[in-house]
This record gives sequence, structure tokens and C-alpha cells, in this order.
Amino acid sequence: MKIEDNRELENMAKKIRRGIIEQVYRAGSGHPGGSLSIADIMTVLYFYELNVDEKNIKWEDRDRFVLSKGHCVPTLYSCLANRGFFDIKELENFRKIESNLQGHPDMTKVPGVDMSTGSLGQGISTAVGMAIAGKLDNRNYRVYCLLGDGEIEEGQVWEAVMSATKHKLDNLCVIVDNNNLQIDGTIEEVAGLNKIDEKFKSFGFQIINIDGHNIEEIKSAFEVAKNVKGKPVAIIAKTIKGKGVSYMENKVEWHGKAPDEEQYKIAMEELK
Amino acid sequence: MEKIKKATRESYGEALLELGNENKNIVVLDADLSTATKTEKFAKEYPDRFFDIGISEANMMGVASGLASCGKIPYASTFAVFAAGRSYDQIRCSIAYPKQNVKICATHSGITVGEDGATHQMIEDISLMRTMPNMIVMSTCDDVETKWAVKEISKINGPVYLRLARVKTMGIYNEDMKFEIGKAIQIGEGKDGTIFATGITVEQALIAKDILKEKGKDIRVVDIHTIKPIDKEAIIKCAKETEKLISIEDHNIIGGLGSAIAEVLIEEYPKKLVRLGIKDTFGKSGKAEKLMEYFGITAKEIIEQF
Repeated sequence: MKIEDNRELENMAKKIRRGIIEQVYRAGSGHPGGSLSIADIMTVLYFYELNVDEKNIKWEDRDRFVLSKGHCVPTLYSCLANRGFFDIKELENFRKIESNLQGHPDMTKVPGVDMSTGSLGQGISTAVGMAIAGKLDNRNYRVYCLLGDGEIEEGQVWEAVMSATKHKLDNLCVIVDNNNLQIDGTIEEVAGLNKIDEKFKSFGFQIINIDGHNIEEIKSAFEVAKNVKGKPVAIIAKTIKGKGVSYMENKVEWHGKAPDEEQYKIAMEELK
Repeated sequence: MEKIKKATRESYGEALLELGNENKNIVVLDADLSTATKTEKFAKEYPDRFFDIGISEANMMGVASGLASCGKIPYASTFAVFAAGRSYDQIRCSIAYPKQNVKICATHSGITVGEDGATHQMIEDISLMRTMPNMIVMSTCDDVETKWAVKEISKINGPVYLRLARVKTMGIYNEDMKFEIGKAIQIGEGKDGTIFATGITVEQALIAKDILKEKGKDIRVVDIHTIKPIDKEAIIKCAKETEKLISIEDHNIIGGLGSAIAEVLIEEYPKKLVRLGIKDTFGKSGKAEKLMEYFGITAKEIIEQF
């Protein structure tokens, strides 16, 4: 199920966003802000870029995807459901006790989830492990790992980055969702975090800076990344937290709360 | 066959080497301690399947998880304090929760690390690891048992924490000994007492057994090589058959072997248990043997109970 046309991908991204709002609204909790900021990147991944097969989920040569910022799992579930990994109706049960759709991704429960994540900074190490395994077995699959910008304040991220460079993991593509906001404020205010691209570059990564909401830029960044040899790639994607829902955009208070009924209706209307 | 004194970390290194030849899916990770953890033997023989992750234990656990998700069987090694302590959350979230097939083989456990002192003497790892869902916790006492365990855990699909030591201890089992994960080993049939031990303290329990025999007391030793799942049957049986119950471990008495046994006793067969171990205090620098005396985890403390 590959979508080539950019307009169609944009429409799919809207559908993915509706799925995010639906899940968070029905659950009465969750993380809409960061989920919406990665919706375009994830749409391109799951409907254009990733070599995965919903009919052969554990296919050994499939591309791997690790959502290191696991709290933004509504986007992943929305993509997987729309791609046909499981029934889209299941999205209604997000975060409910009878559901497999846990508050953070659980690879033992959800078809298509390659790694359990939730505690920030850990997913990227597992992605490094997957990429090393690919090299070891001479397999051609690629490993994609999506990190939050606040997440890279975790020291483990830089341990993993060092390993990725050491092992020349050109089959690893890291994407940083640079929406600039974390719970307590901007990344600069909270942790003095800036110049993300320079940091990755100094560790030996190839850097690609893009607008994380421009489908064409996202597609071409993945294309460029595939042709980089001998080192891993970091795509620094400038994004807007809450993108697509007017009252959520750039508002940190939408990091981790659900819309009420009226807000839900407004959001769904805007995402039509 | 002559039984020589040997550290379980040495046996680990040798067993890994054999295992690497038998199973091509075995990969080994270390965090810049391969000469101490003894993974260097594997590294030399199978450089393509050995990954020195550097001084970044948290990252090592995650990389191991990723490798396991792609069908490898990673053995991740470092000192116990950096495995169970420093990487606790990585083991929890990236290994135990998703039931990844990672074998965490932690050397240098307990106060018997010796001269490096308290910062490097891990006396909380049994406690930390056994309270983690999905985790199997093992602690072996000699060369034969360790080599068996290192190979046996490769056949289980899931996370295992194997606790190993730096200090040399005597050989206890013959080559043809049969072990089973989750089954404790009872040595002797004495009725005067049971000494439950694990890892390096099994040797001390056996020394005490011999000395007590001369004094007319007949005790038995139970080697609990699998701390989780613990062998409830063996504990209940010994509680019923013997007069005194004593546990001894190179670990904090809170949360370790003694606690695990006490949990079984209190539910199944309430009976007094004397717990010998580190009495909720940090270790200190010194020779391993001196530290064992200082902290009271030798045969002497066992004998004093009779």
C-alpha cells in the first residue's frame, strides 16, 4: 500500500491526525501535541517509505521502525491501523484495560510494533542493535528511529549515537521531531538545548534539515539518507507541536491532555 | 577429576567460547570490561559477533534488546553494579517488559569484589532483578554449574540475569552433575539444620557442614542457583525435615536470597529463618576473604548458630 502522490499523502496525514484525536478523546488522556507534530513524517514512513508488509508482519527483511518517543504512540497506532496491521475500530479502545493498545507501544501485543518504548532515550539504542543485526546478517533492511527533541536531553541518546557512528550504521536513519516544546517550556529554557544538527554532526552523523510538515521534503530526505554510505543519518525535522488543530498548535499545555467534547468536534472539523 | 579453585567469571568466559561455536546466533556485548568479565576469549575467537559498546551500560542493554528482536541471542556483560544498578531502567523497559531474549551476565557481584570498595560492590542486584516481572534470576557457585547455566539459558527464550563472582571458590560438582533451572540442589541429608546458599556462599556452607559433622551436628546444604523462580518445594521440604533454617548470601539481607526464602516460608510453612548476609550497609575496600569475615558471611557464622 504505497502512496506516491503528495496530495494523497497529505490526505492520509489528515486521516492519521483524525485517528490521533479520536484515540486521545475517547481515552480521555494521552499526548496529542507531539503525536500531531510527527503525523506527516509518520505518514510518509508508513505509506511511502517503509518496506513492511501487513500480511507478513514478522518478515525478517522488513524495515524496522522504533518510536523512541513512545508517548506519541497514537500516531503509530493510527498509521498501523490505516495500513491494515489491525482493525481500525480498535483505535477506539486506546488506553483501555481490555485493549492491546497500551499507553506506550508494546511489541508483544500490537502487530507491527517493532519495539516497546516509553522510557525516553531508550529506543535509539534498540534501533542501533537492529541496525547492527542487519549488518551482521547481510540483510538490506533499514532501521528508522523517531526521537523527540526534548528526548535527546537523555544521555543515553548520545551513547547510542556514538555506537551508531562507530559501527558505520548507514542502514540507520534517525529523525528528530524538533517541535521545540517540552512539558516545562521550550527546549532552550528547560535544558539549554540548541543546535541539534551540530550536535549530531559532531558525533559523525550526516545531517539533513527539513520542514517536518512538507511531504516532498520528507520524501526526499529519506531518499538522500538511503544513499549515504559509511555513516548514519539524522534528519532534523522542524515541526509544530499540535500541528493541524488550531488551538493546539505551539501550545505546550496540549502535550499531555485530551480534548473535551466541544474541542474534539472542532478538531475533527478542522481535520476534514 | 581434580577440582581447582576458580572464579565463576572465568567459567563464564570459557563457556561462552564453547557456546559461540555451537550456536552462531550468540552475540556478546561488553562495556569496556572484557578483560575482567572474561568475554575477551569470545571476542578474540569471534570478533564479528562481539561488540564492545564502550563505557555506556545503558546503551549496551538497549543494543542487546535490538539485536534480540532480530533473532540474535545477546549475552550482555559488565560488573553487577553497572548491570542491575546503572542500567536498571533499560533492563526494565527495553528487555524485561518486551520479554527480549537477552542474557545479562553480571560479574563482580557482592562484597567479594574486594579492594575496589563499596562503589563497585553490588549487594542489591538480586533484589532489584527478582522484583522485575519476566526476569529469571540465577546465581551459580562453581565451574561446572556456571558452565551449565551459561549454556542452558541460551535455550530459554526470554530475559535472564546471571550473577557471577570475581573471587575464586572451590569446585563443588562433578562434570556429570545434572542441573535444572528452578530446581535447588540438596547436598546431604542432615536433619539438624538446612543452610540455604547461593553463589560464593555455597562453599562456606559446605565448609561449615564438614566442621559441624565433626562436632556431631548433621546438616544439609541447599544450593539455590535459581533465585527466581525459586524452588518452593525444596524450601518447604527442608523446613519440615530439619531443625534450624539459615540462609547465607553475599548480598544485602534485604531483598536477596534470605528474603526470597522467607516469602515462601511465611506463606507455606511458617518457621524461623536466620538470614546471614550484608546487614543493610555498604561494603568497603579490602581482600575478599577479609571482607567476608568482616561482614560475617563465612562458615564461622553458620557454625555459631549450632
